[in-house]
Amino acid sequence: MSKYIEMIRVRFLMMLAYRTNYYSGILIYSINIGAYYFLWTAIYGGKEEIQGLSVLQMTTYVAVAWMARAFYFNNIDREIANEIKDGKVAIEMIRPYNYLGMKTMQGLGEGLFRLLFFSVPGMFIVALLFPISFSTNIVTWGLFFVSLMFSFIVNTQINLLTGIMTFFLFNNSGLIRAKRVVIDLFSGLLLPISFYPLWAQSVMTYLPFQAISYIPSMIFTEGFVGSEIYTAIALQAFWALVLIIPIQLLWLLAKKQLIVQGG
Amino acid sequence: MFYVSIFFQYASQYLKTRLTYRVDTVVEIFSDLLFQAVNLIFILVVFGHTALLSGWSREEIIFIYGFFLVPYALFSSFFNIWDFNDRYIVKGEMDRVLTRPIHSLFQIIMERMELESLFGVITGLVIMYYAGSALGLTIAWYDIFIFIAMVLGGAFIYAGIFISLASIGFWSDSRTDIMPMMYNIGNYGRYPVDIYHRVIRYILTWILPFAFVGVYPAAYFLNREEWYFYAFLTPVMGMIFLSLAIFLWNSGVKKYRGAGN
Repeated sequence: MSKYIEMIRVRFLMMLAYRTNYYSGILIYSINIGAYYFLWTAIYGGKEEIQGLSVLQMTTYVAVAWMARAFYFNNIDREIANEIKDGKVAIEMIRPYNYLGMKTMQGLGEGLFRLLFFSVPGMFIVALLFPISFSTNIVTWGLFFVSLMFSFIVNTQINLLTGIMTFFLFNNSGLIRAKRVVIDLFSGLLLPISFYPLWAQSVMTYLPFQAISYIPSMIFTEGFVGSEIYTAIALQAFWALVLIIPIQLLWLLAKKQLIVQGG
Repeated sequence: MFYVSIFFQYASQYLKTRLTYRVDTVVEIFSDLLFQAVNLIFILVVFGHTALLSGWSREEIIFIYGFFLVPYALFSSFFNIWDFNDRYIVKGEMDRVLTRPIHSLFQIIMERMELESLFGVITGLVIMYYAGSALGLTIAWYDIFIFIAMVLGGAFIYAGIFISLASIGFWSDSRTDIMPMMYNIGNYGRYPVDIYHRVIRYILTWILPFAFVGVYPAAYFLNREEWYFYAFLTPVMGMIFLSLAIFLWNSGVKKYRGAGN
């Protein structure tokens, strides 16, 4: 266990060394949040609420969805793909740790770094620029962080799956790009799931994506109340468990038919 | 004439490399399409909850998006200079470019072109055709020429902004992340500018004139007469921004001293 915690620490320190890259990231996210802020204000026009969300909640939703993305987002799918391509993965496999577990921990180290140095100051800046409502209820905050943890897990699992696919596809940069677009759309980052037409919503209940962005953002904006919150978190936990199965299966399969393309 | 034949030679070389990795090319076009589909889905879903966006209907917004795709496709096929600083200045590639008897900017454009992005022109035209026929728009014979002028104007604005930013690399080779930021700001031009705050509208019109890539020229074809002034300014702005950028580039090249070997 201690070696995994060490990996989180090392990745965290590595990110800290290059922290200046992140100031511009905050600006980029603020620009995006701004674009959606104006768009949503225009969409609401004079309307009090759409699908149970007020303008203020919607602005908060957009802001928290983007800032949460800074935490759960990582490039471990690309890292795995590169390590498979240049053959490093063979060395990694004989090392005394679980390769996928190590990648997850590195992702977590990166995520924790961005949560502290990107999301928190970013949220502060965004709150100065746009009207955003923060919950005063400590329980909401607690549940939000629980939910955020699950969104990291689910997103990382999907990234692991995409990364492992390199074993079978050899070059999957297209798949990685496509996956990112699909996640932005179906996770609720761009649009709350409740805004979609009903048929699309029912399709999405069978997909793990809404566990990534929609659920934590709705908890933060208090769009979910009472038992809705617990059902939502249970759904996240469900996906976090279910996704372990395909990962393990593909990993076993991949190990059997590993072809090192050089190195 | 010489430059035209150079262009065709680069293009044929490029096509050869792309045809070697066919699957990769197809996947790239497909993921571009997917990305465009996401933006369309966003518009469609949003208009499930509102009839008008600051007085613009769903089809009009879709039309603007379709128009935006055409100059943007031209820009992203030929002006991939967002990593100019890393690729040419820091790595010293600029020295190689400068030893050749062709304008340096032209060479870099040729080396970095990605012709498959031109597929976006088709997507844009299809989207505009769909939205245009839903709106019952009519086109006169001269509209084709106006369309070409507006598209070039829009592409030149994008190109001008990015070339100017790349030229900064001649004076300072420190890493900046302004370029990716510009891509995000560019997205503001896809929606009617009247939804933004006054300051942002001013910036989008005169300082980083991304509004001339989407909403202003599209307003001409949508017969929105209140925007005609801005619509016809599009080619003018394009020329101004591109000329400024080339001037900046040329004076940058004069200052260029290389990053050592």
